Amino acid sequence: MSLKIFKAGVLDTIQDMGRYGYQHLGINPGGAMDKFSAQVANILVGNSIHEAVIELHFPASIFIFQEPSLIALSGADFLASINGELIPFLHPVLVNKGAILQFHRVQKGTRAYLSVYGGFKIPEWFGSYSTNLKAAAGGFYGRALKKDDEISFNTFDHLTALLNEKEFYILPWKADDNWGDITVEEILVWPGNEWGRLTEESNENVVMTSFVITGQSDRMGYRLNNIPLHAITNEEVISAAVSFGTIQLLPDGRLIILMADHQTTGGYPRIAHVIAAHHSKLAQMKPGNKIYFKLTSHETAEELFIKQQQHLLQLQNACTFKLENFFKT
Amino acid sequence: MTSPPSYRIFPISDSALTIDFGNIINTTINQHILSLFRLLSKEPLPGMIEATPAYSSCTVYYDLFQLRKLVPANKTVQEWMAEQLVQKLNVPLQETNLSAGLIKIPVCYEKEFAPDIKEVTKGKNISPDEVIQIHISRTYYVYMIGFLPGFTYMGEVDEKIETPRKLHPRQKVEAGSVGIAGKQTGIYPLSSPGGWQIIGRTPLKMFDATKKEPTLLKAGDTVQFYPISKNEFENF
Repeated sequence: MSLKIFKAGVLDTIQDMGRYGYQHLGINPGGAMDKFSAQVANILVGNSIHEAVIELHFPASIFIFQEPSLIALSGADFLASINGELIPFLHPVLVNKGAILQFHRVQKGTRAYLSVYGGFKIPEWFGSYSTNLKAAAGGFYGRALKKDDEISFNTFDHLTALLNEKEFYILPWKADDNWGDITVEEILVWPGNEWGRLTEESNENVVMTSFVITGQSDRMGYRLNNIPLHAITNEEVISAAVSFGTIQLLPDGRLIILMADHQTTGGYPRIAHVIAAHHSKLAQMKPGNKIYFKLTSHETAEELFIKQQQHLLQLQNACTFKLENFFKT
Repeated sequence: MTSPPSYRIFPISDSALTIDFGNIINTTINQHILSLFRLLSKEPLPGMIEATPAYSSCTVYYDLFQLRKLVPANKTVQEWMAEQLVQKLNVPLQETNLSAGLIKIPVCYEKEFAPDIKEVTKGKNISPDEVIQIHISRTYYVYMIGFLPGFTYMGEVDEKIETPRKLHPRQKVEAGSVGIAGKQTGIYPLSSPGGWQIIGRTPLKMFDATKKEPTLLKAGDTVQFYPISKNEFENF
């Protein structure tokens, strides 16, 4: 009853919506980099949005299903195939026992999410399935997936019946993962507590110039290449909380955007914060991508996040309905 | 019972507000923060996910989507949450006994575990042995845990051994390493990149993921270091 890794990918980990309640012990929330897409993957197979999913980076693992399942892929499109035949992402797909899932090239995005019907059967660590690589805990033995790992999931007789001996079957509906954000390279931010530490010229440069995501970018944070920014004071910031999306000014005048595996506290000036609704978009970017920051209000930031969440709710209602009908037939 | 010192509230994400009592390291303020943290943990605000204390600030994380349904439409959730916090802060906080536990931590200060002890002596006219004597001669207050799981920020060290962070952080600092950064001293619970000046190593497991209470130390604890030999370290 498991999903077996036939060949390991570069960094494939079990993730979920994050681990909350333990930041006072230095345990960061972590979780999927693109939580919006992780939810879409679960929604497509009728799961709770809190089930564990596998976050894939390219080149991704090659998987063998040792039991039938209903799966979905979301987030990045890595051109997936089952037994050599291409399957679309954002569709629920029934896969039979022995099905081989592999990924061929990056069509779009940086992180893909794989969900299975009923979720993966792994133990939680402090209330979450997410892999905390630093603490070597959570997820699948606290580490990235490797060859011959077998991750358990429950199979269901009705899936076997629906497959009717086919190797796989693509269900005919697609999730719309476009929640209405049309600003491709534009990242909305609002000023952080130490925004005023930048010189006036540097404040202008934050919104007037472009920023390139450098190769020193990972699940912890994205280092940006930019015209060096200048602070009016070198007064130390006493360590205090930071968050996913916090943009810090490094001593060399460059910026870093903290991502899912950020440390819980930091001592660099927090010059701005990326709005929650744009975390997903940021998580799908890669080194070399150029971004522009635009200042926005807290009101707009909240509205956009609510809009994104409502899109997910509508998607969940639609998918649940379609899936129930499909199971009845 | 004390009345609250002055503070500011500002957001650090669309679902988190920091209550900041000033950019300072001070035990009285820190104890006030810890009282606030305990109060918020015991009586969470509506929609609150968690609270996290730091040196002189406490951050409250909340569920924006759930709260939007509760908060009047003419207000942002952030404004409403800030009001809730102000109300909470208007009530004097019950100070709890914070100096309850003195935890003794064995440290091997021998050369191979103390790569930066020379750097700490630089320009100070003291010997490595004196650094050790000074480091063990007082107790340290745990202000906060942050950065890494179980990483303790403690203070304050005698000014004779105060040393700034390394200019170029190490790629790998071993788990258990005891370091100095400015006035602070701390222990790396896990091996990690890091810029603190390393002067020794403890054989104790500062972070144990298999335990229900995974960190050996908590904010508000008091710590004293005592020296052990390499032999004792290896057989600890």
